[in-house]
Amino acid sequence: MTAERRRLPFAVTLATGTSLANHTGAWRTERPVYRNLRAPCGDACPAEEDVQGWLYRAEEGEYEAAWRLLMAENPFPAIMGRVCYHPCETACNRGQVDEAVGINAVERFLGDRAIKQGWTMPVEAAPTGRRVLVVGAGPAGLAAAYHLRLLGHEVTVADAAERPGGMMRYGIPAYRLPRDVLDAEIDRVARMGVTFELGHPVTDLDAEREAYDAVFLAIGAQIGKRAYIPAGESPRLLDALAVLRSVAEDEPVRLGRRVVVYGGGNTAMDAARTARRLGATEAVVVYRRTRERMPAHESEVAEALDEGVQIRWLSTISAAAGEAIVLERMELDDTGFPRPTGQFETLAADSVVLAVGQDVDRTLIAALPETDGAVAVDEAFMTATPGVFAGGDMVPSERTCTVAVGHGKRAARRIHAWLTGIQPASGPKPPIADIERLNTWYYTEAPHQMRPRLETARRIGTFDEVVGGLDAETALFEARRCMSCGNCFECDNCYGMCPDNAIVKLGPGKGFAIDLDYCKGCGICAAECPAGAIAMIEEET
Amino acid sequence: MTTQRLKFYQVGSFAVGNRLAAPDQRTVQARPDRANALTSGHRACRGCGEALGARFVQDAAARAAEGRLISVNATGCLEVFSTPFPETAWQVPWIHSLFGNAPSVASGVAYALRAKGDTRTRVLGQGGDGGTVDIGFASLSGMFERNDDVLFVCYDNQGYMNTGVQRSGATPPAARTATTPALGPTPGNPFGQGKDAPRIAAAHRIPYVATATIADLHDLEDKVAAAMALHGARYLHVLVPCPLGWGSASAETVKLARLAVDTALFPLYEARGGEVTAVTRLRRQPVPVEQYLRPQKRYRHLFEPGIDTATLDRIQLIADANIAEYGLAPEEGS
Amino acid sequence: MCEQIEGSQAMARVVAACRPDVVCAYPISPQTHIVEALAAMVRAGRPGRAQFVNVESEMAALSVAIGASATGARAYTATASQGLLYMAEALYNAAGLGLPIVMTVANRAIGAPINIWNDHSDSISQRDSGWIQLYALDNQHAADLHPVAFRLAEEVSLPVMVCVDGFVLTHAVEPVDLAEQAQVDAFLPPFAPRQVLDPDDPITIGAMVGPEAFTEVRFLAHENAKRALDRLPVLAADYAAIVGRTVPAIVDSYRSEDAEMLVIAMGSVVGTLKDAVDELRDDGADVGALGLVAYRPFPFETIRAAAAGRSRVIVLERAQPAGSTGVVGAEVRSALPGGPPVHSVVAGLGGRPVTRSSLKTVITAAQRGELPELSFMDLDTGLVEAARSAT
Repeated sequence: MTAERRRLPFAVTLATGTSLANHTGAWRTERPVYRNLRAPCGDACPAEEDVQGWLYRAEEGEYEAAWRLLMAENPFPAIMGRVCYHPCETACNRGQVDEAVGINAVERFLGDRAIKQGWTMPVEAAPTGRRVLVVGAGPAGLAAAYHLRLLGHEVTVADAAERPGGMMRYGIPAYRLPRDVLDAEIDRVARMGVTFELGHPVTDLDAEREAYDAVFLAIGAQIGKRAYIPAGESPRLLDALAVLRSVAEDEPVRLGRRVVVYGGGNTAMDAARTARRLGATEAVVVYRRTRERMPAHESEVAEALDEGVQIRWLSTISAAAGEAIVLERMELDDTGFPRPTGQFETLAADSVVLAVGQDVDRTLIAALPETDGAVAVDEAFMTATPGVFAGGDMVPSERTCTVAVGHGKRAARRIHAWLTGIQPASGPKPPIADIERLNTWYYTEAPHQMRPRLETARRIGTFDEVVGGLDAETALFEARRCMSCGNCFECDNCYGMCPDNAIVKLGPGKGFAIDLDYCKGCGICAAECPAGAIAMIEEET
Repeated sequence: MTTQRLKFYQVGSFAVGNRLAAPDQRTVQARPDRANALTSGHRACRGCGEALGARFVQDAAARAAEGRLISVNATGCLEVFSTPFPETAWQVPWIHSLFGNAPSVASGVAYALRAKGDTRTRVLGQGGDGGTVDIGFASLSGMFERNDDVLFVCYDNQGYMNTGVQRSGATPPAARTATTPALGPTPGNPFGQGKDAPRIAAAHRIPYVATATIADLHDLEDKVAAAMALHGARYLHVLVPCPLGWGSASAETVKLARLAVDTALFPLYEARGGEVTAVTRLRRQPVPVEQYLRPQKRYRHLFEPGIDTATLDRIQLIADANIAEYGLAPEEGS
Repeated sequence: MCEQIEGSQAMARVVAACRPDVVCAYPISPQTHIVEALAAMVRAGRPGRAQFVNVESEMAALSVAIGASATGARAYTATASQGLLYMAEALYNAAGLGLPIVMTVANRAIGAPINIWNDHSDSISQRDSGWIQLYALDNQHAADLHPVAFRLAEEVSLPVMVCVDGFVLTHAVEPVDLAEQAQVDAFLPPFAPRQVLDPDDPITIGAMVGPEAFTEVRFLAHENAKRALDRLPVLAADYAAIVGRTVPAIVDSYRSEDAEMLVIAMGSVVGTLKDAVDELRDDGADVGALGLVAYRPFPFETIRAAAAGRSRVIVLERAQPAGSTGVVGAEVRSALPGGPPVHSVVAGLGGRPVTRSSLKTVITAAQRGELPELSFMDLDTGLVEAARSAT
């Protein structure tokens, strides 16, 4: 006999579950709502990748889905996974718990896996019949071409060089970016139907524009800046970009045994490390500020030092004479600006490689207004000439591959809007999931998986890739270190921690719902959400 | 020890569940088919720690007993908010008799089952700290010394909350209650009083005693499972913060339980046969007690109008002593 | 089979024959011999899988019984005096929950002053607890009341106290005809609880009831208790038919049909009273006795019928509330609106013997119209005067 049918003693004994008649939701003054915040990683990504989103899929082992989500924003995960200075990791909230998630390594893992598996990107958009000329086959141009192609436009990429890639090929040494990887990712863009016109310097933009509905300029900043160094005879003064380009093209480069590199950026590090590989016994970087203020990425500096590169911080080259240069010690003033001290020393040098910055070649774009030595564009990446857009190193911005890829994408979308009149949907962006919004207690301490590195001894004299990739197991581990900032990852905390059983579990992949009949609005779900993906909002009265 | 978990999954190893964790690595509370021994519609205050603790414990116990669980409840908040006629929130067979006799009633249930030859159905007694460490203590001790086949669970919210926040034998030093007001030269509950119920339980040399909180569900459920794997008298002492009595925000109930552990004011351990056999060490360096005390209005007199550093120091000494006594210091490198 | 046996042993044997599942007890004189005997029988494996629980207090004893009964076990305990008071809270609870526990109360005075001897102040103090109270007249009756008590309890889902005079009955060795197991089995079916804690069909026992239904709960309990009055004679008759002897269940009327004066008493004193009645009758007095067996629920109708046409009613009170009148007398009086005068005679407190001669003295005084409404039998006025003068 069930309790319902049995005649139970009146009032003192009750049938189970009858409290469901009491809708305690009426007590509520606030209600929880699930939300999706912007994770700091994605927010920091110059290419605007949905990093948290693709890590979420990667941590399920859904690598292809992860890769495709990544590819929606960035066509070069294998390249980015090697050369990007990963501001995502700098922003990663996990860095405040133990160590940042190795996002870059997972990205590379996905990129490499895609190459290995031969995953391709189908062009599913209907042809628009519009034609776009992209000038420059560097990261900005290629990214623009890729996205424009995805949107159904016909795209031609013109580049003066014989091979596509721009600075990715002619600036970044092979030990950081093996050429087979570069080729594979560019080839995938080509196979989407992008036309390449290589060895084709564009010199007359107006003439070339005729056949196109829009142009995207991405010619980069390829002219090495000069530094004034009073010099009698040698040592030989060389430009870092020229050195790197020669190495990339397998041309002979003679630097000597003692090489001084002048500058503190990533190009300086590339030049110094390349010098070591070319046989320099001494490669000395001279930089006028401190290590903390060096523009070069910390990992580059560390790897350079590992490889025996010496760095003279707070130093300038005041003169070069014979087989030596004269260094002047600098000191930082109160504002952090380096000031000369009048203390000098001499350093033997067979050559001096200048890596003090790059300028845009203005020949093609002399008519266009400029800002800070770069081409001025509006927020839609359009230059003063309607239909002519520009991005990458040639516009005012930080000059990195990832920034360029981001420019290419954003410009492509604005070009699309310009061509079709369809404005991209926009709304207020959700707030960033900063660490205060998270409940990090729930995350187990799990140190970052180091990527294997080529032993230092083996690096010298070889351009083999220094940094290895993660295997599937470690990549999965690393992906799973993601704290899913600001986005539900179905940890069941809300479901388990509700004192009123007012969270409904909708099933795998479907998340949760609030049962407002019973939710009293205590806020425990929001407080205990590891990811900060629940907000409490005031109940309307 | 049961509290050392495999770091199977870096996101959410301590969370209730996780979509990627194997089902047996998720807590009972993560399961869609959990018993929900205490279901919705109960009248507990917003953010009630005891409502959480009661469901956590009973769902885990019900799972261990394959659904064959009978619960006996002492008078108190839990009883009152769950069973006002004509509605009950219980989905397990449940009886409430009196304030001070729940362990005995639970013994009676156990003896009845034995008399009927029912070896499958298990018995869980439960009450608040008043019903357990004060008025029900003789009953509890009798159940212990007879080694009756009962798991008794104390949901410790450190006072008589149902009657309006009066002092109990589990009220901590300096805490303000309605009967230890924040007045006079030594405001709040006096130092040097109160009883250590779990240690007294262990002194009965019963098969299993453990402390737990609602903040670490894996730890709590492990202990329920360990208790349910044994027969005889077993005791679980679960800290359940009370927003009403502690003067804390309803959303901070779980957080305060966590801080009670992280400050070492509430040591987590297991004792088998009278000996402490396992402790849950702190995951990180101990949190200063002030961080635990400050969000609670029952300690407001320690911070306003001026900071009562002498009293804070005395409370810190309690935490420090716990760390030393139980060996709670985090492992090297934590 | 009739045997010379101590009252406690006799009751224990019959209780065992009722096949209790759980027996729990905390020792207190003069209950101890009952539970000692049960402990021995349970150890010896009789009856069946019965559990004997040594608890730490009377509170626990009844609480264990509550838990056991709610789980569908036939539960039994025994106590007396202070012990009964120590379980007072649980008494009300067991009754309120409707749990058919049977308990023997070896009636004993309540201190202070501490006193281990017999009177009814313990069980009388719990008359409002919701328990059915049956008072045994002698050891045969005490033994026979227990199976009836179990059956009644389980039929109406109420707990029953079988009140047995401490020492006077519990420790008295008398011939008792003990029922055979088969006879008890024929009378008392297995316990079929009205409510049970069962994982297959979970219920909540012991809800909180507020003003909106509390009166109705009490009203229904009152109705249910009254039902026991209807069932008691029927069940007692059933049992009597099996064992072949009468078992007074509501009252035990003795030479009262034509009596001008009726003396009402509870417990073992009724035997003495009957002797006194015989002697008074021999002397020509027109007096009869009425042993009150069922005190809760109170048999107003039976009392009214029994007292109809009498000129005077005397009630022997085995407990006395200071500052008021006799407890039983007050209820008898309320059963007889416009009826004869009712005299409460406080007698036999704390073990003082109630003798035939004292009874005859009181009855004779009543006949003469000299008995006050409330009096104390055999009051040692010398002691009282000495005490008064000492203060």
